[in-house]
Amino acid sequence: MKLSQTVLGVTFANPTILASGIWGITAASWRAVARNGAGGVTTKSLWLKEHKGHPNPTIISTDHYTLNAVGVPDAGVEKARAEIGDYMKVPAEGPERSRRVPLIANIIADTVDHYGLIAEEIAKLKPDFLEVNISCPNVEDEFGRPFACSVGDASAVTKAVKAVSGKIPVFIKLSPNVDSIGAIALACAAAGADGFTVINTVGPGMAIDLKSRMPILANKVGGMSGPAIKPIAVRCIADVYRATEGRLPIIGTGGIMTGEDAIEFLLAGASLIGIGTGIAYRGASIFRLVCEEMEAWGKKEGVKTVGELVGGMHKAVRSM
Amino acid sequence: MKRETEHVTSFTFAVSLGARPGQFIMLWLPGVDEIPMSVALDDGKKLQVTFFAVGDMTKKLAELKKGDLVGLRGPFGTHYIWEKKQKLALVAGGYGAAPMYFSAKEAAKDGCSLEVFIGARSKEHLLYEKEFSKLPKTTLHIATDDGSKGFKGFNVQLLEKMLKEKKHSKKSPWVDQIFACGPERMLVSVSNLSSQEKIPAQLSLERYMKCGYGLCGNCVVDPSGMRLCTEGPVVTNDLARTITDFGICHRDALGRKHAL
Repeated sequence: MKLSQTVLGVTFANPTILASGIWGITAASWRAVARNGAGGVTTKSLWLKEHKGHPNPTIISTDHYTLNAVGVPDAGVEKARAEIGDYMKVPAEGPERSRRVPLIANIIADTVDHYGLIAEEIAKLKPDFLEVNISCPNVEDEFGRPFACSVGDASAVTKAVKAVSGKIPVFIKLSPNVDSIGAIALACAAAGADGFTVINTVGPGMAIDLKSRMPILANKVGGMSGPAIKPIAVRCIADVYRATEGRLPIIGTGGIMTGEDAIEFLLAGASLIGIGTGIAYRGASIFRLVCEEMEAWGKKEGVKTVGELVGGMHKAVRSM
Repeated sequence: MKRETEHVTSFTFAVSLGARPGQFIMLWLPGVDEIPMSVALDDGKKLQVTFFAVGDMTKKLAELKKGDLVGLRGPFGTHYIWEKKQKLALVAGGYGAAPMYFSAKEAAKDGCSLEVFIGARSKEHLLYEKEFSKLPKTTLHIATDDGSKGFKGFNVQLLEKMLKEKKHSKKSPWVDQIFACGPERMLVSVSNLSSQEKIPAQLSLERYMKCGYGLCGNCVVDPSGMRLCTEGPVVTNDLARTITDFGICHRDALGRKHAL
């Protein structure tokens, strides 16, 4: 099965993408993830100005789920310029070591205006896509409900980013923690979104230590990721795909561990597959493993390209 | 609980996490913080850590009483590796003596002979001196910056001097491997000596860690992007010398680079 695909003019050697928030704080990290087989990488969320995260504990994992409230720490746009500049100066072609896979720059802000400002600064660095984080559940105490929870807010942020993004495709990263993710996606599409990343973390959730009777995370609550959230991600991808009639590409992310998980996401409507928390469960080589497992499945099923699987569930349902 | 020196305290817990020498754990003080700490002993029944009360969290830890509650998770990261009956030189700077003691205790069980070089500012700051001296096939060498005990100067200088005195060569090696844990400036000296004398070395590198298991990405180093919580903290000297940040800079909680 051919794993490569071109999405909005950008060619990915395979559909696996490093999801935002995991590992990716430096150019060297993105290259390390690419060496482990990722078809693309996403930066950790970039702020215009320095933003401090939460105190520890910030992340815990069980066999079933991971809870995190790292709090989106970042040094601000100067560091983004240095790291993205370093990454983009390497030619996309070349020896394995310095291979530059497509870069998705994830941006975040506290107000609609600031989304416009950070988008304008990051767009100058020419990443392959912009991904707009309007759905982090871990900064609610600071900024209130995420922009992804209201049609009006999500639409306003999309407009502000699209006004300054030029030719760079804009993906809006949606929250699963809403009544109708389809309605939010439609509003963003009407405001000019070029694609969606589905989903951000679920919840938030809480875990309590029995002895101290305290929440384990310093932030008390945290976004849930890992294997347990996969069915929610699949349903959300399907909702967004249906609402937008499959017109806009989706980066499906949330709980992917195996190649078969990835196939399920493609069938729900995703074109690309985000992997983040899975690194804790299967190691950095998860990208290569998932690709190998997808290929093995494709061979067994006689499927020739990844592209023909996208949205396959919807076709199957219609043909019933 | 044991007060080792004015600012250094050891805790012993009645649990084992199955840690190997060089690995670390995350130690949680509910309502305060959670920080990485290297393991000073894990014998299958009890686990020990030794820390320097230097920050908010470690100062609060030092004030705890027996029976107070802390959380432990781990172990994380790589550990020191030796072969049976090897001759090992252990270089311990400051509270790096704790994981070096754990290595020595375990390696002694495998019949290794040990040359231990403890270094500190002055004799009051020497750690684990008594414990090391009780180990079999172990020779203790002490260096203090002010000369208040043992050799006056750095422990790495003393190791270099001993290698000359013992006429160490590839054909008749005085030591087969060097293990080191301590301030990064000391590790750089060990690294240089290891390369110069062609003695394999394993070094424990420290970077800002939040999660401890490879997700947060805060402990990455250039140019490989490797995470020191997962592919470290113990690395071979060959690997350490590929790290351009080694001895030069580290990243803070926001990922920004600072000189060491």
